Amino acid sequence: MTTTDLPLGPVIDTSSAPTSGARRVEQQKPDLLLTQEHHMCPGCGEPIAVRQFLETITQLDAVDRAIAVAGIGCYTSFSGTMDVDLVQALHGRAPSVATGVKRMLPDALVFTLQGDGDMVNEGLQEVIHTAARGEKITCILLNNGVFGETGGHMTATTVLGQRTKNSIDGRDAEYHGYPILIGDLIAQLQGAAYVARGSVHNAGAVARTQKMFKRAFESQIAGAGFSFVEVLTMCPTGWFIPTPEGPDYMTETLGEVHIMGELKVDGKVRTTEELHAENIHKQREVDDALARGGLHT
Amino acid sequence: MTATAPARERVLMEGSEALARAAIVAGCRFFAGYPMTPFTEVLEHFAKLLPDAGGVCINAESELEAVGMTWGALSTGARAACGSTGQGLSLMQESFSEITLAELPLVVFNMARGQQDYYQATRGGGHGDYRHIVLAPQDVSEGVELVQLAFHLADKWRNPALLYGDYLLAHTQEAITIEPMSFPELPAKDWAVDGSLSGSGGSRAVTPLGVGKVGQKALGQEGKAQYIATKLPLMEREVRVETGYLDDAETVIVAFGSPAKFVKYAIRQLRAAGHRIGYVRPITLWPFPYSTIAEAAAGPNVRRIGSFELCAGQMIDDVRIGAAGRAPVEFIGGVSTDQSGFGVGRILDAEVIAERLLALHEEREQPPIPGYDVNSYALQPHQAEATR
Amino acid sequence: MPEPTEANGVTTIKSRGTVTIDIDHCKGCDLCIPACPPGVLAMSVEVNHMGYRYPELYPGCTGCAACSYVCPDFVFEVFRFDQPVMTEVPA
Repeated sequence: MTTTDLPLGPVIDTSSAPTSGARRVEQQKPDLLLTQEHHMCPGCGEPIAVRQFLETITQLDAVDRAIAVAGIGCYTSFSGTMDVDLVQALHGRAPSVATGVKRMLPDALVFTLQGDGDMVNEGLQEVIHTAARGEKITCILLNNGVFGETGGHMTATTVLGQRTKNSIDGRDAEYHGYPILIGDLIAQLQGAAYVARGSVHNAGAVARTQKMFKRAFESQIAGAGFSFVEVLTMCPTGWFIPTPEGPDYMTETLGEVHIMGELKVDGKVRTTEELHAENIHKQREVDDALARGGLHT
Repeated sequence: MTATAPARERVLMEGSEALARAAIVAGCRFFAGYPMTPFTEVLEHFAKLLPDAGGVCINAESELEAVGMTWGALSTGARAACGSTGQGLSLMQESFSEITLAELPLVVFNMARGQQDYYQATRGGGHGDYRHIVLAPQDVSEGVELVQLAFHLADKWRNPALLYGDYLLAHTQEAITIEPMSFPELPAKDWAVDGSLSGSGGSRAVTPLGVGKVGQKALGQEGKAQYIATKLPLMEREVRVETGYLDDAETVIVAFGSPAKFVKYAIRQLRAAGHRIGYVRPITLWPFPYSTIAEAAAGPNVRRIGSFELCAGQMIDDVRIGAAGRAPVEFIGGVSTDQSGFGVGRILDAEVIAERLLALHEEREQPPIPGYDVNSYALQPHQAEATR
Repeated sequence: MPEPTEANGVTTIKSRGTVTIDIDHCKGCDLCIPACPPGVLAMSVEVNHMGYRYPELYPGCTGCAACSYVCPDFVFEVFRFDQPVMTEVPA
């Protein structure tokens, strides 16, 4: 149960919008979502990420050429609620399908929506070759370190020590092997133009992730090559923790290994030291901005 | 002769090239594949010809990605194809099942190693209730027609169509023209996605699942499976078959593909010698011409039916179903390939075939097949008794 | 925590913004509570029709939209006042 050192003052009526003297700075849901309703668990990070890339497509004025290719995972239900022309692919197979779409429609904004089980387990070959060929699509990875939809099993991105249904005593290097840091792997490939890893564990991270989506889509529109945005998301159900502990669990486990930041920009791969330094600096920046009253650009 | 303009004059070219040209003439603008013998040259010709036709050919990193890329291209409304030999098609099976559920008009080329992919093609190697329309040309000229028919039928039914070829078809050179065929008009592909309806509230989903966009009518998983299943018998009207000499036949031979052309030749020789042998050549392996087989089996003089195939016997199941006991059905083919395993073997020799047809016709034992040891597997002592 | 001013036994809290909270869609995940920089959100005592507690707003909102950024269920709509709204709270 959360506590607060408030209340100071009465609870404010938040059932309806102010009728005058105020302007709206943030919509309740993105334009490109047909309904706010979804079946994701309380505290799931995936809808947080979905909101950001959908709003980015609207901001970039790329709506009427946006085509999504969805993989299979919890997020698959967004195939039905995103107001985007969409092709549903099989587990792991979205990059090849997206390749076919983009080759036939070079002016479309084509992106995949995949989870870590989908992309890094089943479909590792697909995403690597698609990136190496420099296909001008954007692959979006929602990485929570587990197979969420089937109940919380280990994937190739699960970190050492992380407890899942089939690494119940914690992932052990000797028995289970090491995680694959897919963003870092992709950044090494020449065909990859922009590679970033975001996160949704707090508002600042969400805001940074939004910028990553923008730069990734811009890179596709400019024809620079393959773009990739990995987003670390909370899965309290798959992690077997209470929802409020999701963000801390993530920063303490996945976030320690899969480092947040822009991994490759303008063809240059960033080092882990650069990323660490940048993360400290940027988190301070957004915390200050939020305290001052907003991140609105 | 350009890629898109059909060849009106006869040009000597190998089957692989003819099939690729026929596909492009039919409007195919996307192909993806992975090299594998004897299919590789088909991929080579598409790679060479498609860019000039404004299309795209991708050398995929495996057969699995090849069918995936084709899936994406099909979703945009383009005519698209992929291919391999049987082994490569084995890798594509999950996608074949799901593409059928998504109602995409995929065209698949199987340059098979012999005729042992009959089950894979007609029963489907993937999960679920589905069928692909399977067309089996006997030579390059028929191949050029059936490729164009494949693209039309795939679009007509929004169901995959497979062209069953083989080493001979792919590598035989014939002097042919690539005549474009005309087909009845088909409805526009408004189900295809191009981004234009994104944000409109009416965006589209190309999906194998029973649900589309929220607010749009959904069949559900069971409903979708039933929907595809009820489409199947409706497609059976696309059956195509060739028959010969059935009026007075005592023996009916059933054969498909390249071997069928050899069988027909052997039958003409035997008829000239007075033997009353007729044939049924399925052109569509699915839908299979069951009623033609039934009629043939009910012929006034028919005493026996032979299934001639280059494998251990797969089509014979369908021949038996069609014959429905009216006449005994015997297998007179055999596993036959060359040293490499890619091509055709010693059964495909007119004299060898004629011997086997005559043996059936005269109710003698089938002669041994050259180079074929029917006893090459020795039963082991621990296998002698059936396990209870 | 917002910076209240105190005078004559009355505390005045300045709110530069406000939100609407769609309590029917809240799944009680609590992520908005720590996300709010001025700390003006607290979970309710009552539950909504799904059985979840939901956030309630106290004076001092800055309209920064952090809550909207972190909410998985699209519960918040965020507004900025043209002029800050002052709330007086007796001591």
